[in-house]
Amino acid sequence: MSLYAAVAVSGFRRHSTYRVATAAGIFTNTVFGLIMAYTYIALWDQRPHLGGYDQSMAITYVWIGQALFITVAVLGGGFQDELIERIRSGDVAIDLYRPADLQAWWLASDLGRAAFHLIGRGIVPMLFGALFFDLTMPGTPLTWVFFILSVAIGVVVSFALRYLVVLSAFWLMDGGGVTTISGLATMFFSGMLLPLNVFPGTLGEVARLLPWSALLQVPADIFLGVHTGSGLLKALAFQAGWAVVLLGTGRALQAVATRKVVVQGG
Amino acid sequence: MSDGLIELDGVEKVFDVRRRAGLLRRERRQVRAVDGISFTVPRGEMVGYIGPNGAGKSTTIKMLTGILTPSGGRLRVAGIDPSRERTRLARRIGVVFGQRTTLWWDLPLRDSYQLVRRMYRIPDDRYRVNLERCVELLDLRDLLEVPVRQLSLGQRMRGDIAAALLHDPEVLYLDEPTIGLDVVSKAKVREFLRSVNTEQGMTVLLTTHDLTDIEQLCSRVMVIDHGRLMYDGGLAELHAVGESERTLVVDFERELPPVELPGARCERVDGPRQWLVFPAGSSAAPLVAELAARHPVVDLSVREPVIEDVIARMYAESSAVV
Ligand SMILES: Nc1ncnc2c1ncn2[C@@H]1O[C@H](COP(=O)(O)OP(=O)(O)O)[C@@H](O)[C@H]1O
Ligand SMILES: [Mg+2]
Repeated sequence: MSLYAAVAVSGFRRHSTYRVATAAGIFTNTVFGLIMAYTYIALWDQRPHLGGYDQSMAITYVWIGQALFITVAVLGGGFQDELIERIRSGDVAIDLYRPADLQAWWLASDLGRAAFHLIGRGIVPMLFGALFFDLTMPGTPLTWVFFILSVAIGVVVSFALRYLVVLSAFWLMDGGGVTTISGLATMFFSGMLLPLNVFPGTLGEVARLLPWSALLQVPADIFLGVHTGSGLLKALAFQAGWAVVLLGTGRALQAVATRKVVVQGG
Repeated sequence: MSDGLIELDGVEKVFDVRRRAGLLRRERRQVRAVDGISFTVPRGEMVGYIGPNGAGKSTTIKMLTGILTPSGGRLRVAGIDPSRERTRLARRIGVVFGQRTTLWWDLPLRDSYQLVRRMYRIPDDRYRVNLERCVELLDLRDLLEVPVRQLSLGQRMRGDIAAALLHDPEVLYLDEPTIGLDVVSKAKVREFLRSVNTEQGMTVLLTTHDLTDIEQLCSRVMVIDHGRLMYDGGLAELHAVGESERTLVVDFERELPPVELPGARCERVDGPRQWLVFPAGSSAAPLVAELAARHPVVDLSVREPVIEDVIARMYAESSAVV
């Protein structure tokens, strides 16, 4: 097993030990799912086919959102606090000295975390939703495969965004502000509150082009069968494009941060 | 060209410190953390790098690992310029920072070592041999399955030292490895370091502000203060240069007049307890034997000189000469 695979496995294992947090999280996601599902039902009763979804698709969207909420780390977290703390305390000097890539290391650990969260916190709310509501499920096994792939890329985009937020700690004494702003932006632009396709005009168009839509909107639309054929490939390419751009920006910024530490001290 | 494994020639590190001095004004100040240091450490030597807090010890170690780039001078470790080829050098050196850990808080020690094994691509047989050796000598057997965050400071430090040695480094830097440790852990760490140095011939550079570490481990000691090398030589000569003194604290059975012994003087008397001062370079054994022969002794202990006093005397002496 390669180093980064081992890091991912340890990320998975580590989160699997937080049993109480997992149970509490499942409960929270299920309750929020219920509240949002009834809100959406009321909304879609008034405006059927809002954003191109019928009511069943809209409710399905809610449960996908709850299942992915922690997986794509809408509110941040995961490696973020740990790495910010390491930057602030100067422990990051040790990470820089190791013969391992800082970004690849934390990406691997975050993918391990996300894999656990998808299984540990995604399945139960989704089953609950499927049991008590009329959900639109994928027609073919292949759709499931593309959905999982899309979620995986979504996690990478989410990681790349959070990594940029963390790197700001090299320059800003108080990273808390950036974390909060980023959390709010993610909440809204991922489509966690409302699907991005219900927003009309320029706002909607811009929102759908921003990287955050790769976190929830794109995987959900693949699940719901909105994207098919070449549209599906385009959707995946859109996500992958953002992943590459953001990871690249992170690498460039990391190089600058490293130089700063190496020249000026932690 | 000398054949030193570690070579420093006029190495400097200047930090630019900016801080707020009022509402809008910002003050810029330069801190010369390391101010023109030169020394060479040959392969297989164990050297102590000692100095008070803020002397520049950690900064030197960081430059030796490549984490910090020197502001001036020339620095080579195993022929490598550390800050230019940090990762290449990392495979050949081991580093332990007393106040930081290279281990992963949430993982058991064994898992941390597995990550280290993959990171340094350590061959399986080497890994097994090295781990077994460290586990044995550092007494880690019962700790391998314990998550790092549950370890005591002394246990964690032993775990950290093992992690730094799994990849067969040629040189080991330790930055204050005994700081904050209990007596037992300190003794274990010292014994282990002595064995890797004498048995494996590993080059060891260790910083400390505790003279006892040096006394028990190093034949050579470098004293640094305000970023400058004050002394580089043997420990006995250091005591001679610094005229440092040790103190024998003796509890007698009853109050006695100040005792008089050859080679020592009584500095203080408090009831049955007396403080006898003698040169740090000489042994305490004959004194103790003499004392016990003459008076009923209940208890005694030796206080080592502190580095601050040794340095203060060095300063006093050099200004007296000028
Ligand atoms: N990153 C830094 N920025 C500014 N000053 C620093 C930095 N690191 C160390 N210093 C200063 O350099 C001096 C030497 O520090 P250090 O090498 O940590 O000393 P020691 O390890 O001997 O206690 C101190 O005055 C310290 O405040
Ligand atoms: Mg220090």
